[in-house]
Amino acid sequence: MSARREGAGVPVPLMVPAALGVVFLVLPVVGLLVSTPWAQLGPRLAEPGVGEALRLSVVSATLATAVSLVLGVPLAWVLARSRLRGRSVLRALVTVPLVLPPVVGGVALFLVLGRQGLVGQWLDAAFGLTIPFTTTAVVIAETFVAMPFLVISVEGALRAADARFEDAAATLGADRWTTFRRVTLPLVAPGIAAGAVLCWARALGEFGATITFAGNFPGTTQTMPLAVYLALQRDPDAAIVLSLVLLAVSLATLLLLRDRWLGRV
Amino acid sequence: MSLSAQVAVRRGALDLAVDLEVADGEVLAVLGPNGAGKSTLLRVLAGLLPPDGGRVVVDGAEVWDDVAAEVRVPAHARHLGMVFQDHLLFPHLSVTENVAFGLRTRGVRRADARAAAGEWLERVGIAELGDRRPGRLSGGQAQRAALARALVGDPALLLLDEPLSALDARTRLTVRAELRHHLAGYAGSTVLVTHDPVDAMALADRVVVVEDGRVVQAGTPADVSRHPRTDYVARLVGLALLPGTAAGSTVRLDGGGTVAVAEESTGPVFVAVRPESVALWLSRPDGSPRNVWPARLVSATPHGSTVRCELDGEVPVLADVTATAFAELGLAPGAAVWATVKASEVAVYAR
Repeated sequence: MSARREGAGVPVPLMVPAALGVVFLVLPVVGLLVSTPWAQLGPRLAEPGVGEALRLSVVSATLATAVSLVLGVPLAWVLARSRLRGRSVLRALVTVPLVLPPVVGGVALFLVLGRQGLVGQWLDAAFGLTIPFTTTAVVIAETFVAMPFLVISVEGALRAADARFEDAAATLGADRWTTFRRVTLPLVAPGIAAGAVLCWARALGEFGATITFAGNFPGTTQTMPLAVYLALQRDPDAAIVLSLVLLAVSLATLLLLRDRWLGRV
Repeated sequence: MSLSAQVAVRRGALDLAVDLEVADGEVLAVLGPNGAGKSTLLRVLAGLLPPDGGRVVVDGAEVWDDVAAEVRVPAHARHLGMVFQDHLLFPHLSVTENVAFGLRTRGVRRADARAAAGEWLERVGIAELGDRRPGRLSGGQAQRAALARALVGDPALLLLDEPLSALDARTRLTVRAELRHHLAGYAGSTVLVTHDPVDAMALADRVVVVEDGRVVQAGTPADVSRHPRTDYVARLVGLALLPGTAAGSTVRLDGGGTVAVAEESTGPVFVAVRPESVALWLSRPDGSPRNVWPARLVSATPHGSTVRCELDGEVPVLADVTATAFAELGLAPGAAVWATVKASEVAVYAR
C-alpha cells in the first residue's frame, strides 16, 4: 500500500535516471540471452574444455570458500569481539583486497609466493614447492580476493548478534571456546552462510588475480572467466555459452540470498 | 553458601561502591532507580565485569574476586545461576537443551542432563514445553524456563536481574508468587536486583537501597518502608504489604484485622496499601470508604510537603498526609486516630 503510494509520487528528475539505470543494468543480460545460440547450446556445453573449466572453477571456488571460512570466521570474531588494540587498523588491512584492483593483488601474490618471492623462494628451497601457475595458485588468488567479503559479512552478523547470550553462556559454565562453538556460531550461522555464498560467488568470478598469479592453462588454472575471455577472441559463440553458464550460477547465488537481501525492502 | 562482597566500579559517570553480605538461604534485594549501578553490581558478582576494587568471597573461603591480590575467577568457573530481565534463552536450542546447557558444560552426561532438566521444567510447571524453541514461549513461560536453567545445577549463588520487569502485569503476579515459592526452597544465597519495590517487598528477606552507586539504606522490607531515610526511599517503598487470606472481597490478615478489597480472590494473598491512599480522622468517620480502622500514631516523619505517619493497630499501615493537615489535626505520637482507605485503592496479589 505505502510502496504504491510512494511509487506514484516519484519526481521526474529521479524517475528518468532511475529508469535509465535499470535499463543499463538489465540490457547487457538481455543481450546475452538474445545472442545465445540456443540450438547449439547442448553440443557446446558438451565440449570437453567447457566441462573442464566449469569443474575447475567450482572446485577452486569451493576450496577458496573453505579456506576463507577456516581463517575468516575466527578473524571476524577477533574483529567483532576481542578487545585487541589496533583492531581498526587490522580491519582496514583486512579490507584492502576489497578495494585493491585484482590484477595488483595477483602481482603482489606473485612477488611473495613466486619462485623468486619472499616466501616462495624459501618454499622452493626447503620443500621444492612451486606455487605460481598451479591450481593451488588459483585457490590462493581466489581466497585473497574473496575472503574479505566473508570476513565483513560475518563480522556484521557478530555485531548484530546479542552479545549478552554469550554472557548467559558464561554464567552457565561455558568458557569462551565452548561459548563460541555452542552459542555464537549457531546464532550467526545465517550470516556465515550468506558470507560464504557471497565469497563463493566472488571466487567463481575471479579473473585479474588468477590470470596474473596462476596463468591460463586449460585443465589446471583456466577457470570459467578465463575461458570466456579466451573464447571471445577466437569463437564468440563459445564465449556466449560459457557466459550463460556463469550467469545461471550467479542467478542461483542470488536466489540463495534472496531472503537476506531482496526480502529486505 | 554465603556471599560477602565489597565492590567498587568506576566507569564513566558511574561510581559504584557497595558492600553486601548474604547468608545461606537468604534473599537480598538490591533496590534502586535505573542507572544506580544495580546491574553493574550483578555483572561484577557474576564475573562478567572486572571490578576496579574490592573482594567477592563465597562460603567465607572461596575467593572469586580480590583486586588487591589480583585474584579473579572467570565467569564460567563461578558456580552460580543468573536470570536476566529478558530471559536470554538460546534461540537455537529447545527449552530442555537450554536448561541442560549448564550441566553439559560442567561435564554431566547428555542423558543425565536432560533428565535433570526435565525434572526442573516439571518443578517450574512447564514440563510439556521442553521440546519447544524459546521463540514459541510466552513471556511468563520463558522466564520460568530461565529460572529452571539458572537453578538446575544447584548453584551456590543465584543472581536475578530484574526477573519480572519484562512481564505484563497479570503474568507478573503469578510468576512472582511462583518465584517466591522457589526461592523459599533454595538453599544458596540470592541477590535480586529490581527497581520495583513490590518485587523487593514480596521476595526479599532483606533490602539494600542503592542510589547513585551508594547504599543509602539497608534492612528488612518492613523496616525500610517504615523508616525511609531519603525522600527517594520514602516515595519508592512506602507500600505496606500485609499477608492474609482472601475470601471474596474480604481479606483476613494473618496479624488479625480485616481489609475490604474491590477485586475478588481466594486463598493466601498480599494486601498492598499505598500511604497516599490512607486518610486520617480524629473521630470515626461516616462515609463511603469501606475500610475504617482504629489506630495509634507511632511516629511521624516529614518528607517534603507531606508527613509520613506510621500507624499501629490491627491493620498496621503508613499514611502520607499534607503538613498542613497534620498541623490542623494536632497529631502527636501516641494519638488515637481512625484510618480510612477505599476498597478500590487496595491492591491484592496472590502469594
